Amino acid sequence: MSSTTAHSVVEPGRYLRFFAGAVVVVYALVTMIPLVWIFITGFKTPQDSISYPPKVIFEPSLEGYVNLFTTRTRQTPDYMATLPPPETWYDELVRSRQMVIAGPSKFGERFMNSIIIGFGSTFLSVFLGTLAAYAFSRFRIPLADDLLFFILSTRMMPPIAVAIPIFLMYRTVGLSDTHLGMIILYTTVNVSLAVWLLKGFVDEIPREYEEAALIDGYTRFQAFVKVVLPQMATGIAATAIFCLIFAWNEYAFALLLTSGTAQTAPPFIPTIIGEGGLDWPAIGAGVTLFLLPVLVFTILLRKHLLRGITFGAVRK
Amino acid sequence: MAEIRVDSLKKSFGDFTAVKDSNFTVENGEFFVMLGPSGCGKTTTLRMIAGLEMPSSGKILLDGDDVTFNRASHRDIAFVFQLFALYPHMNVRRNIGFPLICQGIGRTEIRRRVEETARLLRIDHILDKPVSGLAGGDRQRVALGRAIVRRPKAFLMDEPLGTLDTEFRDLMVRELRELHNNIGATTVYVTHDQIEAMAMADKIAVMNHGVIEQFGPPQEIYDRPATMYVADFIGSPPMNFLAFRASLPKGGSNIDIGNASIEIPELREEVEESDLMLGVRPEHIRLDDTSAFRGKVIGTEYLGTTQIVTISTDHGQLKARFAADIPVREGETVGLSFAGERLSVFDRGSGRALHSALHDTHAETGG
Ligand SMILES: Nc1ncnc2c1ncn2[C@@H]1O[C@H](COP(=O)(O)OP(=O)(O)OP(=O)(O)O)[C@@H](O)[C@H]1O
Ligand SMILES: [Mg+2]
Repeated sequence: MSSTTAHSVVEPGRYLRFFAGAVVVVYALVTMIPLVWIFITGFKTPQDSISYPPKVIFEPSLEGYVNLFTTRTRQTPDYMATLPPPETWYDELVRSRQMVIAGPSKFGERFMNSIIIGFGSTFLSVFLGTLAAYAFSRFRIPLADDLLFFILSTRMMPPIAVAIPIFLMYRTVGLSDTHLGMIILYTTVNVSLAVWLLKGFVDEIPREYEEAALIDGYTRFQAFVKVVLPQMATGIAATAIFCLIFAWNEYAFALLLTSGTAQTAPPFIPTIIGEGGLDWPAIGAGVTLFLLPVLVFTILLRKHLLRGITFGAVRK
Repeated sequence: MAEIRVDSLKKSFGDFTAVKDSNFTVENGEFFVMLGPSGCGKTTTLRMIAGLEMPSSGKILLDGDDVTFNRASHRDIAFVFQLFALYPHMNVRRNIGFPLICQGIGRTEIRRRVEETARLLRIDHILDKPVSGLAGGDRQRVALGRAIVRRPKAFLMDEPLGTLDTEFRDLMVRELRELHNNIGATTVYVTHDQIEAMAMADKIAVMNHGVIEQFGPPQEIYDRPATMYVADFIGSPPMNFLAFRASLPKGGSNIDIGNASIEIPELREEVEESDLMLGVRPEHIRLDDTSAFRGKVIGTEYLGTTQIVTISTDHGQLKARFAADIPVREGETVGLSFAGERLSVFDRGSGRALHSALHDTHAETGG
């Protein structure tokens, strides 16, 4: 490997670089606008959220968040007058709209479902994917290439095409609208991605690592755990993020296969209805909260993503 | 400590045979070097001895026990890999101690042995450093440490110094041999560098295309090459070859090349009329004005105490090693004579050395 060839590419000029930078910044802003809009909508009042022309400057309110987490009923002023004074700020906020809180909404539950199903299927996909990728990379498997291609085929069909058969199958075996059913489904789709991504990472790890451990008296499994897994950390982190993003955002299967106990947040959020139409601030609040876990997860794993895998191990 | 015996070992990858019928014995405590060019099957042989590769046929015996089908982990052999150095996710101390952990050895004992090993290799000052920043030599010492710390029956080393620069390599060659003298463990060392091999080996096996061409102590391999390949591979500059055609009787000790009569060690076999090669080491050539064998000096290279003189003759080019103070001029025609009792004669077709008085003092070895 020579370092001289890397510089043979002509360095872009100053203006070109400036232009390239500007394009990137503009593109980033354009893609950020919907997110920013959702974020600020979460802090508007229902009237502000649908006012025209749209309000960029407004008085922030937590009404969206309160509406997101509660169900409310409208009451007559006479009834309102008989109530004791409000105990909390959100009681007060709701009453100012001539309503009282009837109970918690389903959002918390749906959010938990997303967490359970998202992280559960991510864990399973990465777990199975790691073992399969190791096997594909290290052992002589008959028809390995065909198998790898076959595994990938689960990714090729659109959910809509298989949703009905899966729905019928799930109903028969009692998996419809269950956490387990959704975890299995998302794992099935994600494991192909996991195998392919992780195989690339295992291929990069010199076999000599495990062979050295084998010669030192370790079993194949011990060598895998103590030597290969630590080297795979980067790949596992990257794969986990991809799997989580898919499972977290998945909409079509969730819409068709879940309705109650196992419903995830994506099909739930658009159904948040206020009086006289969709409750945009509550939806904005829901989407904002929905974005957080993936964001936090990615930030937590960032250190692994950026670290080189076999740095300093092998001189090529 | 152990004796390693390799018996008709063969390894094929599909149609390609990487190792063809290898036979050799590494005696207890011996430093055995497998020498050969890239791709000749050195690593493959070593991997079979270690148990990382199953032979296609043949046997491997450790101390007389057949271990051919034993797992690598059950052979108690340490391996220093060609490219692999160290685990990047562990520091030096943990790298060296890693082989001990699975043996159920206590923490304090591990610590003691790691430190003892580090002292032996003079790396005790870097024990707690990460391995990523280590210099090549230290890295190789740590890799050796990993092997030594276990006190295995035998060491297998696959070009452990291949990635070091020359200066460092010379130092490590001396250190390795010293280390071997101290711990006396049976070692199989693989290299493509003949100088390394000559400097360290008790015995050398010269390999080419999966075949062991010769097996013996360095001196014997140098003085009595079994094949033209070995003669050419060993020595710098390598052995000179002069082509001639003759039929030679058993007991003959003279050959004619051109109009010169050259004395050779007495032949112990008869040769029918065939193409032959006279093999002459550069240091066995003398200037001799009375000789009928003549050539023209076409180049000289001074090496301090000696000089390498290239001489063009009617029968091929020669490189001769003379003392540096012998005056030789380029373009000059010189007479040459050879140290008759040190010459080899090869059959050009098979490359095999003819049996002669040269081999009398030594029993036939090799494979
Ligand atoms: N797993 C394998 N599958 C197919 N061919 C192989 C395999 N391992 C080695 N070979 C071939 O066997 C031959 C001998 O390889 P080997 O690694 O033993 O050579 P070597 O003497 O160690 O060479 P080097 O000095 O380059 O390390 C080479 O031609 C190589 O391409
Ligand atoms: Mg090799």
